[in-house]
Amino acid sequence: MEYVSPEGLRLDGRRDKELRRLNATIGVLQSADGSATFEMGNTKVMAAVFGPKEVEQRSLLDADKAIVRCEYSMATFSTGERRRRGKSDRRATEISNVIKNTLEQTIMLELMPRTQIDVYVQVLQADGGTRCASINAAFLALADAGIPMRDIVCACSGGYLDNTVLLDMNYAEDSGGGPDVVVGLHPSLDRMVLLQCDNRISIETFQEVVDLVSEGCRAVAAFMREALVEHIRLMAASQQPRG
Amino acid sequence: MKIHRLVENAPRQIIAESMSDAPGNAVCVSVGDSIENFEENTLRGHGTLVRDDTLVATVCGVVERVNKLITVKTLHRRYGAEVGDVVVGRVTEIGGKRWRIDLQAKQEAQLMLSAVSLPGGIQRRRTAEDELQMREIFKEGDLVSAEVQAVHQDGVVLLHTRSTRYGLLKHGQLVEVSACLVKRQRQHMATFDEYGVGIILGCNGLIWVGIPSTDAVGDSADADMDDASLLESIARIAQSIKVLSRMQMMISTESIGQTARLSLEHGIHASEMGRGDFLKILWQHKE
Repeated sequence: MEYVSPEGLRLDGRRDKELRRLNATIGVLQSADGSATFEMGNTKVMAAVFGPKEVEQRSLLDADKAIVRCEYSMATFSTGERRRRGKSDRRATEISNVIKNTLEQTIMLELMPRTQIDVYVQVLQADGGTRCASINAAFLALADAGIPMRDIVCACSGGYLDNTVLLDMNYAEDSGGGPDVVVGLHPSLDRMVLLQCDNRISIETFQEVVDLVSEGCRAVAAFMREALVEHIRLMAASQQPRG
Repeated sequence: MKIHRLVENAPRQIIAESMSDAPGNAVCVSVGDSIENFEENTLRGHGTLVRDDTLVATVCGVVERVNKLITVKTLHRRYGAEVGDVVVGRVTEIGGKRWRIDLQAKQEAQLMLSAVSLPGGIQRRRTAEDELQMREIFKEGDLVSAEVQAVHQDGVVLLHTRSTRYGLLKHGQLVEVSACLVKRQRQHMATFDEYGVGIILGCNGLIWVGIPSTDAVGDSADADMDDASLLESIARIAQSIKVLSRMQMMISTESIGQTARLSLEHGIHASEMGRGDFLKILWQHKE
């Protein structure tokens, strides 16, 4: 199976260093404190944030900072074949922990002691890079909820197939047997908050992939920033006094 | 049977259309944006932090400057209690000589047994019997209006209902809006005489619309609730509040009255106030 043609085009017509088409909508759910949907190509994810609110389990209450609870789940219709996953789906638990860990480093938890922040992420359509889209959607939802954060947190994935370093792989490329590297970044702080790698890769190629994926992260961050500022500009217009 | 098409994001469309004519002058920032260099005498407020001598935003919102104080105001945030606020909340739990009240805030509020006025209005020490009869006063699920008595260091909010104005709420409807939209005013309880409807504007975003508290005594109130025109008036006021909330406009007694009057002028029924046509009329009226 050829993933990169001799002319340098991938299966979906992209170049090797090209991101998929991005789309973001902020404030989609009335009941949540903050919500957003984020699309990377065909991968579509919705995130909802509830909080800061009273801690439900007194044993988990932290007097110094807020606690973060995260739940990642895939809708049964999100993949090609309709599949019902149980609550103890190992992959979902792992990704929930990954997102929680990333958000705990981003949110300024010490400003909200004795409270709890719930983040729910639901994958509506899966085509590779779901955990990246989840982190990005969760960030937009947290921003919508007005929860203070140290910096934008953005995530992107990349890999190495047919001797080419690829950015933002879709499901077909993901299943190609090559390495899958996920990077989470705080762009202004220039700090990596998430780094995962699946499969085998040489150390030189690894550095190349990480550098490229970090660039991709910054592009995603710029896009999310634009979407947020536009959303604020629109909604703030109504709260301003007449004149 | 009439079927009405739901226009997706009608408030956004309406605002966006009018925005294209005149740009706003608000400075909107996103998380991580630098606001300005941090001088010696600037005070940094909510939503900011100092990093390498620059003031950086930690939330997404509008930058507000008051003299030397710079804050970033978010679109909506959970309610933060302040002493003297009038709030509306629901009882969730009873125990330990207190009621736990849900204010839709960052933490639950507490209403101590010693902070309510006993039936009959007598002042006396609370006995163990009073503690066992707490459920007679307010039970789980009841809606109450109260005033914030104190806010502790760790965030615990204490309420009191030591006045005939506060207490159990019945014969009416609750409307939930974002707490940021309710302006802090001198009077949070008002009556619309032309409709015979009273409102309580809770600072926490929970607003009560119903029969004015002075009239809500005895069985006459129960009978009043069967009056169709009164129910329609309550619905109209409630819808006015919901519509203002959808368009992200500030909610006060004046704005609610204006919205209700506007809907009557245009002959719009209470059930149709949420539709795009009325939202457009309201937005144009604001301009």
